[in-house]
Amino acid sequence: MQTVRLWQPRRIDLQGGATLYLLHGGEADLVRIEFIFPHTGWDPEQPLLNRALAGMLLEGTVSRTAAEIAETIDYYGAFLHAESSADHIIVTLHTLSKHIGHTLPIVKEVLGEAVFPENELAVYAQNSLQKLQVSLEKNEFQARRAFNAAVFGTESPYGYPLEPEDFTRIDRDALLTQYPRQLSSKNCFIVASGKISKEVESEIMRCFNDWEGEEAPAYDPVLRTGAPGKYAVEMPGSVQSAIRIGKPLIHRTHPDYVELQILNTVLGGYFGSRLMANIREDKGYTYGIGSGLHSFKNTGLFFIATEVGVDVRENALREIYHEMERLTSEPVPQTELDLVRNYLMGSFLGSLENVFSHADKFKSLLLSGLDYAYYDRYFEAVRNVSAARLKELAIMYFAPGDFYEVTAG
Amino acid sequence: MIHFERFTLDNGLKVLVHEDPATPMAVLNILYDVGARDEDPERTGFAHLFEHLMFGGSVNIPSYDEPLQRVGGENNAFTTNDLTNYYIQVPAVNLETAFWLESDRMLSLAFSEKSLDVQRNVVIEEFKQRYLNQPYGDVWLHLRPLAYKKHPYRWATIGKEISHIANANMEEVKAFFDRFYQPANAILVVAGHVRLSQVKSLAEKWFGPIPSSPPPVRALPAEPAQKEARSKTVQANVPLNALYKTWHMSARDDSRFYAADLISDILARGTSSRLYRRLVKEQQLFSDINAYVMGSLDPGLFVIEGKLIKGVSVASAEEAIWSELDRLVREAVPEREFAKVKNKVESTLVFSEMNLLDKAMNLAYFELLGDAGRYNDELRRYGSLTREDIRNEAATLFRIENASTLYYLSN
Repeated sequence: MQTVRLWQPRRIDLQGGATLYLLHGGEADLVRIEFIFPHTGWDPEQPLLNRALAGMLLEGTVSRTAAEIAETIDYYGAFLHAESSADHIIVTLHTLSKHIGHTLPIVKEVLGEAVFPENELAVYAQNSLQKLQVSLEKNEFQARRAFNAAVFGTESPYGYPLEPEDFTRIDRDALLTQYPRQLSSKNCFIVASGKISKEVESEIMRCFNDWEGEEAPAYDPVLRTGAPGKYAVEMPGSVQSAIRIGKPLIHRTHPDYVELQILNTVLGGYFGSRLMANIREDKGYTYGIGSGLHSFKNTGLFFIATEVGVDVRENALREIYHEMERLTSEPVPQTELDLVRNYLMGSFLGSLENVFSHADKFKSLLLSGLDYAYYDRYFEAVRNVSAARLKELAIMYFAPGDFYEVTAG
Repeated sequence: MIHFERFTLDNGLKVLVHEDPATPMAVLNILYDVGARDEDPERTGFAHLFEHLMFGGSVNIPSYDEPLQRVGGENNAFTTNDLTNYYIQVPAVNLETAFWLESDRMLSLAFSEKSLDVQRNVVIEEFKQRYLNQPYGDVWLHLRPLAYKKHPYRWATIGKEISHIANANMEEVKAFFDRFYQPANAILVVAGHVRLSQVKSLAEKWFGPIPSSPPPVRALPAEPAQKEARSKTVQANVPLNALYKTWHMSARDDSRFYAADLISDILARGTSSRLYRRLVKEQQLFSDINAYVMGSLDPGLFVIEGKLIKGVSVASAEEAIWSELDRLVREAVPEREFAKVKNKVESTLVFSEMNLLDKAMNLAYFELLGDAGRYNDELRRYGSLTREDIRNEAATLFRIENASTLYYLSN
């Protein structure tokens, strides 16, 4: 096995409260700058607030219209996006380094002087509502939505099942109040990667060193886990059923997590996994099946997802549980475990394609409050975890009884 | 700019090498010059089904995936109407495993009945998942036969109907393999932490002994010029009315392609584009709208598609699209807007060269077009277009008799 060298960023604490990380590397004349803002709250009366903040961020500032912002970014060949995920709002700029003096000031402007025009908000709400209506016709979306609601409850961004009407209830005053708290320098990690020349660094410092926002409230998502068991979403006329099975599980900071990732790989984490080998490659029930671990701010999630022909749904479910049960009763054979070790090392190496991928590795540490020792533990586990230990983990985490099973269609 | 070297084996296999010592990985990409356009009209979807069978074991290696995963590799493939492309990403120290696997399945498949049985089912589930069980999923199953009457682009790579896949038999699989899967019909690209001399000797060793017959001759019916506007209406259980329009355009390998591509950028690339600004934001006729070109090897389609705001009449939405197209014909694109779309082409090229697999696939694709070196000429070809070229191309494309329209309406 080869050794892997991870590129680590340089940290600068900015005067206005933001934390800047600079990761220099690569030959191409490109920079990616991400502004990460952990959520500062969630209000059941305004469940879409942070999503709308992100969606509306580029729709106008004190001095520029939405059209002018879009035109400037496009003119310099840059890409600027804002999105809201389970735990954060992330604003991302991709730009040629040579144009950073034109593109970065736009980001500064939208983070400090966005005005959320009423007419733009109406268009945003209408278009988002229509997109959600289309998504609600997809079985996979319905299964994921019902699953998250069951697993996390409906009182946080993790599990709240969005309704089209929610878009008509977005309150502009609430947006204006939330904006300076949520998108504040005191709630912001800036991760810049790519060709960080002296000019790029000084432009970042010029724009953001003095940027100072309001104090940001701390927020911990409220989890109201529902009862494990079977949930069905009726989707008349379907030729396939979407299936989602899983449960809340340990977070990336838990000592078992690195080994559990290896167990998850055996079960459904790669093309040769047991779920793929059995349910696709032996039975032909599906085009694809996989399992995954996701680490949220203060909880984790394990899930299996697939779409299968409606006529073979019960067979597929039986085989899925069978594969989990088998991990609890039989040790993973040595040849299979060796294969998975090598596969994971190769795929880690392959995932470090360029400076942006190194920055991604750093980001996942940063957002979990971990340091690079995490990857040492991970490589150690990949090299040395035993079949007996994996069986122990399977008994602890994959034993039947407390799974949430959602089918849609 | 992607630098590369090229050589050809005696059996006709073209090999391209891109050295990139900055990565510890290697990519082995192999493109076969066969796609859905080469299918029998009664056996559509076959090229894609065949791609699945390429993973069902070869003459000397019972499992394709297992040995590759064992050396830390990953692989996948895709089929289009024009071509079939397979790729492997592997730590460069294990490159030879990739040669061993790819050369054995070019030599011969295992032709396992079990694999054929299973993959027929897998592909039928893929058909359902992507085309039948999604809102608007079957759009191209309607649109292709509307826009094409003679050329095999009239069916989608997944096939016309499920029965074509269900009825595929082993005899047909073998005949397809013999005809298309041979050295003279393939382009091999090896990229990453590799050396030209090393690739030369590995290619000779593993691919050199594979016998070749002359590459198949392609004689596809040309699509006759469209003489009158066509349309079709579909009613379905979807929440929104949608509009899909196509116009016949040039082949990928034609200087006209670049003008058409820039027109699609002017119309729909990014949130500063014309259709987004005017029809989504200002007139609020669509909740989303897109324009793009099919970069197909035979003459392709220029496409505009959008979902209508509830309550907007299809006729007024369609009229608004035509009025934007007319403006492209009547008025020169302003200088700054023209520079904007060219700048975006440039930065996109720079970003795509960050990715080793993208570089390997691009070399293979441009070699299929006639010369991998043309990839490095792309920026110049876009750059040399004039605003007059845009007006001329818009006038050629956007004629009423050249259009096909699918009205996809909510029940």
